[in-house]
Amino acid sequence: MNAENKCLTETNPFTPEPARIVRTYHLTEDVKFFQVRFVDMEKALQFKYKPGQFAMLSILGAGEAPFSISSSPSRPGLLEFCIRKMGTVTSALFRLKENSLIGLRGPYGNGFPVEEMKGKDILIVVGGLGAAPLRSVLLYSLDNRDQFGRVSVLYGAKRPAEMLFRDEYFALKQRADLECHLTVDADDTGQWPERIGVVTTLFPYLHAVDPVQTYALVCGPPVMYKFVIKELIKLNIPKNQILMTLERRMKCGVGKCGHCAIDYIYTCLDGPVFTYWDVIHMRELI
Amino acid sequence: MRILKLQKKDLFPFLEAISDSAELWAPVAMPAESAAGSLKDPHWAAVTQKSKFHFQRIKDFADIALHTTRTIIPPKKLMVPASFNMFHFTEKGYKEDFSHISEKILFGLHTCDIHGLLTLDKIFAQAFPDPYYLEARKKALILGLSCWPDEYCFCKSTHTHIVEEGYDLFFTDLENFFLVWIGSSRGDDLIRLAPQFFDEKLSEKDIQRYIAWQSERDKSFRTEINFTRMPDLMELNYKAPFWEEAGAACLACGSCSMVCPTCNCYNVTDVQFLGGKPGKRLREWDSCTLPEYSEVAGGENFREHKSQRLKLWYTHKLQAYVSKYGKPSCVGCGRCLVTCPVQINVKSVADALEGHPVEAFWKRFSQEVAK
Repeated sequence: MNAENKCLTETNPFTPEPARIVRTYHLTEDVKFFQVRFVDMEKALQFKYKPGQFAMLSILGAGEAPFSISSSPSRPGLLEFCIRKMGTVTSALFRLKENSLIGLRGPYGNGFPVEEMKGKDILIVVGGLGAAPLRSVLLYSLDNRDQFGRVSVLYGAKRPAEMLFRDEYFALKQRADLECHLTVDADDTGQWPERIGVVTTLFPYLHAVDPVQTYALVCGPPVMYKFVIKELIKLNIPKNQILMTLERRMKCGVGKCGHCAIDYIYTCLDGPVFTYWDVIHMRELI
Repeated sequence: MRILKLQKKDLFPFLEAISDSAELWAPVAMPAESAAGSLKDPHWAAVTQKSKFHFQRIKDFADIALHTTRTIIPPKKLMVPASFNMFHFTEKGYKEDFSHISEKILFGLHTCDIHGLLTLDKIFAQAFPDPYYLEARKKALILGLSCWPDEYCFCKSTHTHIVEEGYDLFFTDLENFFLVWIGSSRGDDLIRLAPQFFDEKLSEKDIQRYIAWQSERDKSFRTEINFTRMPDLMELNYKAPFWEEAGAACLACGSCSMVCPTCNCYNVTDVQFLGGKPGKRLREWDSCTLPEYSEVAGGENFREHKSQRLKLWYTHKLQAYVSKYGKPSCVGCGRCLVTCPVQINVKSVADALEGHPVEAFWKRFSQEVAK
């Protein structure tokens, strides 16, 4: 028996590091925004990640689950998450007040190939909660605006009240250095100033796209992908420049528990960002 | 490599001499009544008859079964127990728990089981190494033992009937004596604890005896599968109707994963204790054939149908692992052949992939349903 009950030789990749909820508020009725910081300040500043990566959050007694990081590494120190109340872990998380302690480990996954995307045009297509993972790469491109070509954003939500970071997107519309089109499936307020229809109805409003120069980043509900990809293919954007980030069940985040396996890859190690070529090549992705 | 000779009568004295400081685990025969049960079904009778051994901690050396078929559960249970505690937690945070790990000597692992552990090494010891697995692995000495194939063994097809690594000592049973292969420095240390039992000199006759044993053993396999064809056949048969047939018969019980030496999947559950006691984060064996395996919060299930989940199981074993590591993650132990209640196993699926006639319950079941 190992008297110390301690791992003697290896660091433990499963250990959640204590982190504090610095700020939390509702973005919509069932989506909350969380700003989180490692208790250890050094750790908070050293935490390096790429847009599109995810972290495992632990809520004492409720369990652990994967969440995409919504903040940008260009703004270090605080990590942000947009979380919809769905199951046990998220329900417990929603009950936590500011200053509560949670566990955090990561970052995991491949993330978006931001280095490869530098100098290129970026077209971001968002459906609903897809704004959570894509916010990271959007903020990253805004913070490094001079390193990218044209930046365009298309965002579709169900109703005006369900558009995440609505004010931020309205502010984007005022900027001259990017293009932003917003839509809702249905306007139940009667005061929605933007377009109405599903996100694909925004494509005709895009200014001429240079397909070879363009990286398209897509995230939204499963039903959305087929229709959005059809539009992107119509624009002649190469299949390996259409990037999407996917959701799977995960229990470890580090390629051990098996749950996120698809064909010969693990979503947690080889994803969650995949190209449209991956989708054609590997079955079951979307 | 050093190869020594050990007289049969000296095996238990040797094991006794080395097991002072560590737990000795070995295959033990289960009592006949609990193994046979009261099941009348001929398949189940065969199952229980063929799987009546299990790895157990040895208190009495007479319990050790030397001539065994596969154990019901492979020795992976001693590296990653079916359920163990990863962390204790209180409101102050998470504290890792390695209390289930102890120094062990595992005797009687067949070549397939040694390859099973080598396969798990690939998953657990690479990219973000799993400290629970590594710690248990480091604290275990592997003493392999030769065996003889029954009608379900096909380790020759997976090239796992021989071992080149992954053991500290390996005992080849040549009736009156063992040839003992020393596979590691730690294995050599074990010999040094009781050198009096070993003979350094092998005669020409001993070597001939080994060669004769090996060629006889290699001729005794009755189940054969052509694994080199499997990745292509998996790809070509992705939409083959037999997946639906197997899926319809599958009980989604997860037994195939529990008994498979290379199945590594697990689930993690937090258990909150009331009354001031710390909570626990449990890690438990899981199976991709279970319904909720690919279900995410909110109810979306990426593999709702049993046929989809079976396809994942076989993609992983026959195709995916090959593309990553150049060999299948099947070690030919035959456990799925003797365990699956409806005979969905590597052999019957390989037959279906090859377009051969399939002699299995799930096929008969689908034919009955079609009538």
